[in-house]
Amino acid sequence: MNRRLLLLVTLLAALALVLAACGGGGEEGSAPTETAAETGGAAETAAPTPVPEQKEEAQQQTGQSLLETVKARGKLICGVNQALPGFGYLDQSGNFAGFDVDFCKAVAAAIFDDPNAVEYRPLTAQERFTALQTGEVDVLFRNTTWTLGRDTSVGLDFGVVTFYDGQGIMVRKADNITSMEDLNGAAICVQTGTTTELNLADQMRARGLDYEPVVFEDADSTFNAYEEGRCDAVTTDKSGLVSRRTVLQNPDDHVILDVTLSKEPLGPAVLQGDPIWHDVVMWVVFATIQGEEFGITSQNIDDFMNSEDPNIRRFLGLEGDLGTSLGLTNDFAYRVVKHVGNYGEIYDRNLGPDTPFNLPRGLNDLWTNGGLLYSPPFR
Amino acid sequence: MANTPLPVEHARPPFWRDERVLAVIAQIIFLIVVIVTAVYLFNNAREGLAQAGLTPGYDFLRLRAGFDIGDSIISYTSDDTYGRAFLVGIVNTVRVAIIGIILATILGTIMGILRLSPNLLLRGIATVYVETIRNTPLLVQLFFWYTAVMLKFPRVRQAIALPGPTYLSNRGLAIPWIEPLDGFRIWFGFFIAAFVIAYIVYRVQWTREDRTGQTSYPLTSALIAWIIVVIAGWFFAPGQPFTITRPELAGLNFEGGTVLAPEFAALLIGLVVYTGAFIAEIVRAGIQAVDKGQREAATALGLSTVQSLRFIILPQAMRIIIPPMTSQYLNLTKNSSLAFFIGFPDLFAVSTTIQNQTGKALEVISIVMACYLTTSLLTSLFMNWYNQKVRLVER
Ligand SMILES: N[C@@H](CCC(=O)N[C@@H](CS)C(=O)NCC(=O)O)C(=O)O
Repeated sequence: MNRRLLLLVTLLAALALVLAACGGGGEEGSAPTETAAETGGAAETAAPTPVPEQKEEAQQQTGQSLLETVKARGKLICGVNQALPGFGYLDQSGNFAGFDVDFCKAVAAAIFDDPNAVEYRPLTAQERFTALQTGEVDVLFRNTTWTLGRDTSVGLDFGVVTFYDGQGIMVRKADNITSMEDLNGAAICVQTGTTTELNLADQMRARGLDYEPVVFEDADSTFNAYEEGRCDAVTTDKSGLVSRRTVLQNPDDHVILDVTLSKEPLGPAVLQGDPIWHDVVMWVVFATIQGEEFGITSQNIDDFMNSEDPNIRRFLGLEGDLGTSLGLTNDFAYRVVKHVGNYGEIYDRNLGPDTPFNLPRGLNDLWTNGGLLYSPPFR
Repeated sequence: MANTPLPVEHARPPFWRDERVLAVIAQIIFLIVVIVTAVYLFNNAREGLAQAGLTPGYDFLRLRAGFDIGDSIISYTSDDTYGRAFLVGIVNTVRVAIIGIILATILGTIMGILRLSPNLLLRGIATVYVETIRNTPLLVQLFFWYTAVMLKFPRVRQAIALPGPTYLSNRGLAIPWIEPLDGFRIWFGFFIAAFVIAYIVYRVQWTREDRTGQTSYPLTSALIAWIIVVIAGWFFAPGQPFTITRPELAGLNFEGGTVLAPEFAALLIGLVVYTGAFIAEIVRAGIQAVDKGQREAATALGLSTVQSLRFIILPQAMRIIIPPMTSQYLNLTKNSSLAFFIGFPDLFAVSTTIQNQTGKALEVISIVMACYLTTSLLTSLFMNWYNQKVRLVER
């Protein structure tokens, strides 16, 4: 009797859960999903775009922006990679370092005037969005591609790109593979929870190529299986390939094919529905870009403090109230550049000619140098 | 006068002191608490989602999945729906679970018996096996089987050629396999029917043997019946049912035949070896729980060790073994979700991919929970039924 009732209870509880969730979906979900199914292309759910009122409502419910929570906490909680040398990894002394990590520091510098007021949470590709959704991290600086689906159905907000990338594919030199077509019938290692696995499926399908995907949960397993010969190729963002190649046993035995499978604009992500916090993150990134455009570096920034140029004076917070209107202090851009450096400095420190990666700036150069980096004006 | 009833025994206590009523009330209260908690948790999650501008719903199951799955025994491409992708995961989980349960039972029973073997060496091996396996985490063992065993086999180009032809490499075991042709469906119907007919023949012959006392070869008859039906199917099928293709190294990989993937193999071996150790202990305990006199009586009757195990000890031990065995089967099924960490696309692995690509955490988790709950309940039901059956056989 007892056992049976317990069973019933469990079943009922499960049923209640399932039913309740079904009911919720039925109300609004059906119409937009159908269009998405018709067009066939979009892999992600076309959830109704949240109207601005919804956002404001959400904010009123919680009462305050994440910015206040972070300030009160005294440190930033930043979701990062721990397996991607150059972007997010643990250095010899066991500290988080890398291009993405430096942007976490920049945000902390802007809020606290202390680039080290950060707590890092290493996240795999697959864990990262849940961590953001559940509020475990404040912001994600973890080579995350900005896509429409993630911006809507996954419930994130993007808005600024820190690294323009594209998906590449790495093979063993000895295999004499030079094009995608050579990969017909190949086993390809790929990491789950990435845009990468979707692009790969699309590209192979579009070219009518057959392949065996071998899907792993983290970068270490993915690249280990590739190195052991389980796969003929491994695919991810080109930056990721360049980075991971340096930690293979014989980096020179591997080549990155001269094909680009997709656009991968990587940037910070925050939870949707908190415009104040979103603005803070975006403008901290812009500050690094604008800093480089002005030629202001962490070394020479103090020389600019008596600049006559009103643009520079506004940027450094010597005039106006741009910072306070963001919810920060007026000198937030000064703090960012002073403590962490401008975009070029961050780039060179982590990925530049003096590093094992030696990645050319390419698209990630200022618009004035033929790149895509372009900060809206600080005014 | 001795029969004078004590009045207390007859008068029912007021309901608030009636144990039976109280028990029911307690259960109802418990039920309410559980439901209220579930609803609370659910609404909480829902509010959280609403704040991010998300509405829960299961409509995404009808959308195109867009990702590929490497190892599937049902057809699936990236053009199929998320629902279909779930199905692939479920089928994979069930596949590992069923094969795993069968193999673990065999391994565990053998090891359990060896644990009690008079032979010191055999007993030692079984003991070392049980103790090392039971005392290390399963995840570590799975990593071991995958990275230190499977991935260390030679690369495809240097695959070990075995008769068949089969090839062993770190991409798995490539074996010859049937390729269905036009007549396959009809023939397959016969193939399945052959088992049913063979079973009937077996029962009939066995009953006759039992009645007449003359040997009437039930097993052989059944086998012959099976072969006849299968061959008949071949003639009835419109066209040849299938051909056999052999694996051949072409380009980067083997073509033809089929491949048992190393991820699947590592998971299966890991689960079987791990669960087998627990089953061994259950079997050992079950055997030891059978009265010593039974064994002595069997020996006195002149039964050999194997005979006494087979006819005297095991049938009685079964009664004790089955209930804890059920929970080992459930464990194996649930543990198969660790597949995710060694690249095998089981239900859990597929669902995390779906969750990540759609952002539908709550919905995906509810589906996964419902699936595991269903498989567990079905396993329990089956084992309870079997337990009942074994009990009836007892005389
Ligand atoms: N940009 C892609 C892929 C990002 C990604 O997760 N890349 C992998 C492969 S390099 C990675 O960083 N993995 C590290 C880990 O999960 O530990 C995305 O946003 O989906």
